Amino acid sequence: MSAIRVLAGTRKGAFVLESDGKRRDWKVDGPHFGGWEIYHVKASPADPNRIYASQTSSWFGQIVQRSDDGGRTWTPVGNQFVYDGTPGTHQSYDGTPHPWEFARVWHFEPSYDDPDVIYAGVEDAALFRSTDGGANWEELAGLRTHRSAESWQPGAGGMCLHTIILDPAAPRRMFVAISAAGAFRSDDSGATWSPINRGLKSNSIPQQEAEVGHCVHRIAMHRSRPNVLFMQKHWDVMRSDDAGDSWREVSGNLPTDFGFPIDVHAHEPETIYVVPIKSDSEHYPIDGRLQVYRSRTGGDEWEPLTKGLPQGNCYVNVLRDAMAVDSLDACGIYFGTTGGQIYVSSDSGDTWTSIVHDLPPVLSVEVQTLP
Amino acid sequence: MIRVVLPAHLRALARVEGEVEVDLNGAATQRKLLDALEHRYPALRGTMRDHVTQKRRAYVRFFACECDLSHERPDAPLPDAVVAGIEPFLVVGAMAGG
Repeated sequence: MSAIRVLAGTRKGAFVLESDGKRRDWKVDGPHFGGWEIYHVKASPADPNRIYASQTSSWFGQIVQRSDDGGRTWTPVGNQFVYDGTPGTHQSYDGTPHPWEFARVWHFEPSYDDPDVIYAGVEDAALFRSTDGGANWEELAGLRTHRSAESWQPGAGGMCLHTIILDPAAPRRMFVAISAAGAFRSDDSGATWSPINRGLKSNSIPQQEAEVGHCVHRIAMHRSRPNVLFMQKHWDVMRSDDAGDSWREVSGNLPTDFGFPIDVHAHEPETIYVVPIKSDSEHYPIDGRLQVYRSRTGGDEWEPLTKGLPQGNCYVNVLRDAMAVDSLDACGIYFGTTGGQIYVSSDSGDTWTSIVHDLPPVLSVEVQTLP
Repeated sequence: MIRVVLPAHLRALARVEGEVEVDLNGAATQRKLLDALEHRYPALRGTMRDHVTQKRRAYVRFFACECDLSHERPDAPLPDAVVAGIEPFLVVGAMAGG
């Protein structure tokens, strides 16, 4: 029988949660790296025992941890993230120039076929790659030196590169997203980049439809259709059918189109999930009712999923990297909250139950489906 | 033999308990002490000072002999009592709480 391993990064450590394919009884292991902020934990698709974790602290900086035994033991690997050349400036919150400064790794994206190859999205926004299992990191500087980079600005969480999507059908193609610069695509393995933000509209920048400057919160793709991308922007849920060349809004009947995560069902490429959040100034669900919304039509038409989720006095947030899906026949959907709950639905979102409910604030959730 | 007290997070990272001890050859300075610590415990690289600039991280402090050595020059001699192993060199995470 298949097994499930959930990798959770929290404000105070990493947790590994395991269950069999029924997803009813869970073994919780952690905290690993107790007291440290764990922004992201992600396993290699090529080797399920190889896991990378971003361990970070305002006091002691960035640590990268690697496990080669499925999260039971960990070893610190390379943590030197140095921008290529002399980094220039981006915009600060008030529009004045601010020099690029490395703060932390927000997101790891291991390659599909080599456990030693992994990409790291960092704050201040840049993309790094390791080809030796995390021992050494090299910046793919074509992104940070894009002609628009001087105009990029931080979102509330910092100027972070938080989304990395590798195209399984075109090994040289990749997508990234940056708050608040927007989405970018490379077709030459990360050497050069193009902004892909046509169709986005943001009222917090001087030119609402500018080429860059949009606060993209998350992008998701189904592996079977790499040209179809779904985006949760600061406000607006968007869809592209041409690999990001153009976007159209698919917020439809959502009660609010502000939110952070977005994900795609493992077997239904037109079924997508978001967690509507009241507004950019009130980061909690409307009326204290935690609701996941599902669209089975690739957007526009949405239905609330509430069974098993708190429907009163719930004022948590769900952060951008805190939703994931498994690939069992009955697709499981998972998300973590800033209140320390991790919820699972083993029926594509129809019903929910909490795996744990008193963890530190959850920053990220990833899921492995194990044989 | 120089005695060093690391903060709890760095002890966990280095997988040590209690004080650690390092030997320095030649003049004992803050730079040489940090070099020796990082050599012996590679996981500490980048946690007390920047990899490239070698500047102390903003929220890390160095104390010894009831003095704040955080702003001493990296090549200034360490206090005699630290060099003699009478007093420990303290690596401290800046105070936080609320």
